[in-house]
Amino acid sequence: MTVTALRSLDWRNAGLRKLNVRNLGLALVIAAALLSPLGSGRAQAEEIKVSLDNFTFSPNEVKVKVGDIVTWTNHDDIPHTVVSAGKFRSKTMDTDGTFSFTFTSAGDYKYFCSLHPHMTGMIKVE
Amino acid sequence: MSHDHSHNDDERGLSRRKVLECMTWAGTGVLWTVTGGVPHSLGLVDAANAAEPTGMTFLQISDSHVGFDKPANPNALGTLEEAINKINAMPKKPSFMIHTGDITHLSKAAEFDNAERIISQAKLDVHYVPGEHDFLDEEIKFYKERYGKGTKGPGYYAFDANGVHFVGLVNVVDLKAGGLGNLGAEQLGWLADDLKGKSKSTPIVVFAHIPLWTVYPEWGWGTEDGGRALEMLKGFGSVTVLNGHIHQVMQKVEGAVTFHTARSTAFPQPAPGAAPSPGPMKVEDAKLRSMLGIASVNFKQNDQKLAIIDTPLAG
Repeated sequence: MTVTALRSLDWRNAGLRKLNVRNLGLALVIAAALLSPLGSGRAQAEEIKVSLDNFTFSPNEVKVKVGDIVTWTNHDDIPHTVVSAGKFRSKTMDTDGTFSFTFTSAGDYKYFCSLHPHMTGMIKVE
Repeated sequence: MSHDHSHNDDERGLSRRKVLECMTWAGTGVLWTVTGGVPHSLGLVDAANAAEPTGMTFLQISDSHVGFDKPANPNALGTLEEAINKINAMPKKPSFMIHTGDITHLSKAAEFDNAERIISQAKLDVHYVPGEHDFLDEEIKFYKERYGKGTKGPGYYAFDANGVHFVGLVNVVDLKAGGLGNLGAEQLGWLADDLKGKSKSTPIVVFAHIPLWTVYPEWGWGTEDGGRALEMLKGFGSVTVLNGHIHQVMQKVEGAVTFHTARSTAFPQPAPGAAPSPGPMKVEDAKLRSMLGIASVNFKQNDQKLAIIDTPLAG
């Protein structure tokens, strides 16, 4: 019966979850080994911070390397967004809200706030 | 046709300085009348209050930002309620109310519910247009569920009252990087159809959230294709354009068109260029209520007069 089959699936999942927790350390080591080639030989990806203050992105233009993470933080009393057409789109960030994006390919990423489109910025990924 | 085009080019060529010179800054309030399509300023709000309105009156409220709780006004719901109490205390009950957007601060269901609970206490029909703060939920459904019935696209529509044709426009969607407010081709096409066949003597009231004319592009205070809508309104004897978004009273008169922005009921914003950004302006607590308020508009059909009266919450 279907119900029985579902139950047995649940059991298997529970078992897997236990297994995963037990082997978490090993999994992380494997993941680190798999991810390292993405950093193009660099020790690790950097996190670059962009601040939203007074309806401007600061710094307005940022140069990053492939694999780096950019994190935007809204310090205004008004919500903002970060949108790069076809590339990334944040949810609405209220005061102190953040949005992070990992840049995995080189290029110029123009972006803007979809609520206040006069706010524009640029991430240059090399 | 060629005359129209050259006029349009002239308008586009206006420098920012020229545009700012054209504006009339208002203090606590100004009464406007229109006689034969030419508006005159009659006096400050006290004089306006003294003149008993006799025609059809409707109210404009705007930018209630329910949910806003920052230093510029920790209780935006409270000041909205004060505005509604002010409306309820008016000697003559207005025919209806328009709300020019930013009902909520973050488009949360609870914010919409709280706004509705307070605004409904005025017991008036309310005609809404959305502000950008009303379209922040992931599915953009909370505004549309509540106020989108019978509207087109993101929420534009028209209706008639007492011989006046009202058009509610939406200029807060599909904004382009580096640009201003946006109406879009589909809405402009609809507007052209809507105005087709209307007698030029029909008084027109157009309302939208972001100013339809260019107030201050450095802060995004204008509508990219607003000029195309205004072009369609040329030839009408009385056009009134009512907006919000900039949280202060500003007026401009151009031929038969009167532009007017209403105060917010939540928090004031600085005059163009007077601060590093257009963000909420913190003023002394004692001064806040003199910078928030409502607007009432009175049409006197027989003598072609129109009056806009801005009333602060206090002072």
